[in-house]
Amino acid sequence: MIQLENIHKTYNNGQPLHVLKGINLHIERGEFVSIMGASGSGKSTLLNILGILDNYDEGSYYLDGKLIRDLSESKAADYRNRMIGFVFQSFNLIPFKNALENVALPLFYRGVNRKRRNALALEYLDRLGLAEWAHHLPNELSGGQKQRVAIARALITQPQILLADEPTGALDSRTSIEVMQLLKQLNEEGQTIIVVTHESGVANQTNRIVHIKDGMIGHIEDNVNHNASPFGIDGLMK
Amino acid sequence: MKIDRDSLSEIGTTVVRNKSRSLLTAFGVFWGIFMLVVMLGGGQGLQDKLSQNFKGFATNSAFVFSGRTTMPYKGFQKGRSWTLENADVTRLRAALPQLDVVTPLLMFYGKTAAVKDLKTSCSIYGLYPNMARVEQTDIRYGRTINDMDIHEERKVCVIGKRLYKELFPGGGDPCGQFIKVENSYYRIVGVNYGGSNISMGGDPETTIQVPFPVLQKAQNYGNRVDALALTAHSGYRISTLEPQIRQIIYRAHYVDPDDKFASFIFSAELMFTMMDNLFRGVRFLIWLVGLGTLLAGVVGVSNIMMVTVKERTVEFGIRRAIGARPTDILLQVILESLLLTVLAGMAGITFAVFVLQCLELANTVDGIPTAQFQVSFGFAVGAACLVALLGIVAGLAPALRALHIKPVDAMRDE
Repeated sequence: MIQLENIHKTYNNGQPLHVLKGINLHIERGEFVSIMGASGSGKSTLLNILGILDNYDEGSYYLDGKLIRDLSESKAADYRNRMIGFVFQSFNLIPFKNALENVALPLFYRGVNRKRRNALALEYLDRLGLAEWAHHLPNELSGGQKQRVAIARALITQPQILLADEPTGALDSRTSIEVMQLLKQLNEEGQTIIVVTHESGVANQTNRIVHIKDGMIGHIEDNVNHNASPFGIDGLMK
Repeated sequence: MKIDRDSLSEIGTTVVRNKSRSLLTAFGVFWGIFMLVVMLGGGQGLQDKLSQNFKGFATNSAFVFSGRTTMPYKGFQKGRSWTLENADVTRLRAALPQLDVVTPLLMFYGKTAAVKDLKTSCSIYGLYPNMARVEQTDIRYGRTINDMDIHEERKVCVIGKRLYKELFPGGGDPCGQFIKVENSYYRIVGVNYGGSNISMGGDPETTIQVPFPVLQKAQNYGNRVDALALTAHSGYRISTLEPQIRQIIYRAHYVDPDDKFASFIFSAELMFTMMDNLFRGVRFLIWLVGLGTLLAGVVGVSNIMMVTVKERTVEFGIRRAIGARPTDILLQVILESLLLTVLAGMAGITFAVFVLQCLELANTVDGIPTAQFQVSFGFAVGAACLVALLGIVAGLAPALRALHIKPVDAMRDE
C-alpha cells in the first residue's frame, strides 16, 4: 500500500534544515501503524509527505502503486480527495457548517450531487452514532463528538489510508480511549490507518509502532499484545 | 470548478456572517454607483432643461447690431453713432451667397398693449416672414405674418402666449379682434406659443409681431433698421463669415474696417459651441468623480476580502487538505466578492433610478416631463455589468492570496 524508499527532505528557511534523512518504510493494506517520535524528530514532516501535503527532495513514495512525485496542485488535490482521509489534532471542522455539511464537503469537491452526498454523510454520521447531531454546528458538539465528525469526514471518500495526526491530542483521557477504540474498530473492518503521536498509550493501541528519531527510523516494533505495556490500559495514555 | 445550490448558499452565509463589515464595505460600492448614475442622469436632465432655452432657435445664426464708432475714419470723428438700414440686407445678400436668411428687425420695448379695458406691458417687433427660419414659431391660433401682409402693409399682428392669456382671460380664438399699442390698432391674426429664451430683447411670450414696413412707418424710422438676423447655408459657419459681414456693412457706413467695437455681432453658433463644450466638460467631471468613487468602493471590497482570506487561512487549508482544487478556492473567493459587489451595486442603481424618477416627476409641466433625468434601461444594465466586472477584479487579488494557502497551514495555524 505505502512504499517509502530513501526519503530525504530539507527545509531551506535561512539555514538548511535536514529533517528526513533517508526513510524506508513499507505499510501493507489493512495495517494499523503508529509513528512515534519526540517533537522535532520529523514525524510531522513524514506525515505531510504521506498525506501529499508536502514534497520530498529525494527518494520515492508509492501510494497504492502510484508514484507520488512533483504533482500539480490539482492532481495532488485529487489524490488527497480520493486516497487519503485526514484526522487532525484540532479537529479542523469548518465552524460555520453543521456536522452534516462538514462530512459531505469532500464529496462536494469530488463533484457528487447534493442529494447523494448528504444521504451518504448522514449514513456515515449514523455509523459513528452522531445521526441526531447532524444539524448541529461544531461549537455545539463536545470534543469527542467533533473528532468523530472529523473521522466521518475522513471516511466518507472511502480512502486507501486514514492519516491521524495526534487524534487524541485535544481530548481528555476518557474520550481518547473512545476515539482509539473507534479507530481500532475501523481497522478491524479493513481500514488502513496511520497514527502520528507522541503518546505511548495511543501507540500501544496500534499493531506496529515506528519510532522516529532525528529524521531516521530508530526501530520498528511489532505490538501484538496490547496489554504488555501499562500504557493504553484504563485510559493511561501518556 | 463546482457550483451548486450549496456553494451558492455558502457564499451567502459567509457574506451575511459579518453583517456590519459586509454592510460597511458594500456601502462604498453602493455610494459609488449611486453617485455615478445620479450624476449622469442629473447632468442629462440639466442639459435638457438648459437646451430648452434654445429650442426652435437656429444654431447657425447671428444678430448684427450697430453702435458707435471708436475710431476716426475718412474725416468722421470717433464716437459717431450709425445705424443699419434696409439697403444692408441687399448688400449682404449680394456679397455673401453663403448666407441663407438675411432679414431686418425692428424692436421696441416697454410698450403697453390694450384690448378693451385690459392692459399689459409688451414689446413690439417688426419683422419679415422669413424670421421664422431663425426662430421657429408655434402658432396656436390663426397664422403667421405672411408676404401679403408685408406687401399690402396690413396692420395685423401675431401675439405671444402670455399676452394672449392676459388680454383674453376668457380664452377662445382671438383672431379678428384688435389690440392697441400706443396709438395704433392692429388686427390679431395669430397667437404664437413658441419662442426660445435667447431671442433678442424681450420675452417672446410678451411680444407682438407686426409686418416690418408697417412698424417702420408707424415709428417714423425711415429706412433705419435695429438689427439684422442672419443664418448661413449648411456647410458654412456663421462665425467664420463674421469678418466679411463687418467689412461689407462698414464700407457702406464709412466705419473704419478695423473698428471692432462699432458694431456688435451676437453669434448663437458660438454660444451653442460654448454650451456644448461646457456640458462635455461637466460630463467628463461626472465620469471622473463617479468612477473614482466607485473604484474607491471596489478597493474597499478588495481590501476586506483580503482580511477575510487571512482570517480564514485555516478554513482554506482544511478545504485544500480534503481535496479542493486551486480553481475551487479561486472561484469561491471571487464569487464572494462578486456577490457583495453586485448586491451593493444593484441597491445603488435601484436607489439612483428612484431618485432620478423623483427628479423627473418634480420637473413636469401639465403632466409632461420637461427634461429627461432618468437613465435608459440599457445604461442601467451596463452599470450593473460594470459593477459585476469590478466585483470580479476586486476578488482577484484576495483569491490569488487564498491560492497560496497550503493545506499544511491549516495544521500549523492553531
